[in-house]
Amino acid sequence: MYDGGKIITGLVIGVGLLLFPVFYNAGKAAKAPERVLTEKAKAAQKCVEPISFMKTEHMKMLDEWRQQVVRDDVRYYKSTSGKEYYKGLQTTCLDCHSNKSKFCDQCHDYVGVDPYCWDCHIEPKENQ
Amino acid sequence: MAMDRRDFLKIAGLTALLGIGGKTGFELLAPGAAEAALKDIPLTAGKKWGMALDVLLLDEEVMDACVEACHNHNNVPHIGNPKEEIKWIWKETYDHAFPGQENEYLAEAFKKKNFLLLCNHCTNPPCCRVCPTKATWKREDGIVMMDMHRCIGCRFCMAACPYGARSFNWGDPRKAPKELNPDFPTNREFPMRSMGVVEKCTFCAERLAKGLFPACVEAAAKVKPNALIFGDLDDPQSEVRGALRKRYSIRRKPELGTGPNIFYMI
Ligand code: HEC
Ligand code: HEC
Ligand code: HEC
Repeated sequence: MYDGGKIITGLVIGVGLLLFPVFYNAGKAAKAPERVLTEKAKAAQKCVEPISFMKTEHMKMLDEWRQQVVRDDVRYYKSTSGKEYYKGLQTTCLDCHSNKSKFCDQCHDYVGVDPYCWDCHIEPKENQ
Repeated sequence: MAMDRRDFLKIAGLTALLGIGGKTGFELLAPGAAEAALKDIPLTAGKKWGMALDVLLLDEEVMDACVEACHNHNNVPHIGNPKEEIKWIWKETYDHAFPGQENEYLAEAFKKKNFLLLCNHCTNPPCCRVCPTKATWKREDGIVMMDMHRCIGCRFCMAACPYGARSFNWGDPRKAPKELNPDFPTNREFPMRSMGVVEKCTFCAERLAKGLFPACVEAAAKVKPNALIFGDLDDPQSEVRGALRKRYSIRRKPELGTGPNIFYMI
């Protein structure tokens, strides 16, 4: 084998470089961001639906809401708790969660989603 | 499984027969089932929103108030460049508003006068027929509605609309010149639009849902009561119908068969 030494050193360096990120990040799992609630949300105590549902289903719920509001003109939502809510992204969700960057965005950044809703829906002015 | 060609053809033939028979049977047994399912949508059924404009009362002051109120409520920015202008309601001269009906002996008052134009919420809207995604469609209460979530910006609807009532967002409305829009977005309760979608008047559907008149009607009433009369054209007792019974009115390009629902009382 010609140049065996060079090839093997090359391979070792190559594999080393490839595995570098694995070793570098070992034991340093990105921490889930701390949830921050606004005073208004704290006072309300409850979200529109139970929190376990909201965590996994809020995107589906918003999708249904916009369909029902814009296309069927059905604008009020009866929660399983019996309370009625206006089906609004800006006017309902972000009324309680007016700390959008510390609430929606923070979690979305962590899970790597970037909803395009804010191209049109107006974000709250955050100055608390 | 052993199956010769003859068995296969028998089974295939039978399945095809059942398939066809099944479908027609279903249709014969359940006439109107699909229509009945659609009726569950609780729109304000059987209504037909429309508007009568009193041309004699509509002076520049009232028209400007209407345009401003509409565009402020719906977050419609001033672009500054007429080629990329976005308008839900706007002013136009007689020869542009009613082409083909102008003549050289037209009454002096009409020659110089501006008319207030908006989406006609046609009975037979050509824009809805061409929309490939059903982003624009005719609601049961007569409103020709826009679903911004579905609009792909193909602009077929703009080509189809004979009234120029639709505008395309060539750019991001947030980037509209600041000096023309010092406090845009003007209504933080309502969304704006993004680059690449078409928009137009929706008769302020979200205000109607709350029992409020469209923004232009409310604004006009403050300056000149009865200049804009909004209501249900299907209801003979409504105020619009009353007004239209008393006064002669014209519509824009009725000869096209779109059935415009905006009436100009002259
Ligand atoms: C009445 C105020 C209120 C409204 C309106 C509201 N929320 Fe909440 N939301 C809360 C509260 C309070 C919590 C925390 C509940 C708990 O800890 O049990 C919460 C929790 C959540 C969570 C879970 C967060 C986490 O990390 O645990 C999500 C997701 C969420 N809301 C999304 C929404 C969306 C989407 C809407 C609109 C459809 C909405 N919320 C409307 C008050 C509200
Ligand atoms: C606890 C974490 C968390 C919080 C807090 C949260 N979300 Fe989400 N959101 C998610 C996850 C996870 C997904 C997407 C999962 C997927 O792609 O299926 C998502 C998806 C969405 C989507 C759909 C995006 C798409 O592209 O399809 C919307 C819209 C959305 N969230 C809105 C909100 C709003 C508004 C808030 C704040 C009121 C909020 N979310 C708060 C975790 C969160
Ligand atoms: C191209 C612009 C645009 C985009 C992008 C957009 N929306 Fe909307 N949305 C609108 C408009 C316009 C309305 C109509 C408001 C009305 O009639 O009350 C609306 C209404 C809604 C409504 C019901 C009423 C309200 O005021 O909130 C919901 C819920 C909604 N959108 C959710 C979403 C979600 C979730 C996303 C992102 C996944 C999104 N929208 C993206 C323009 C947009």
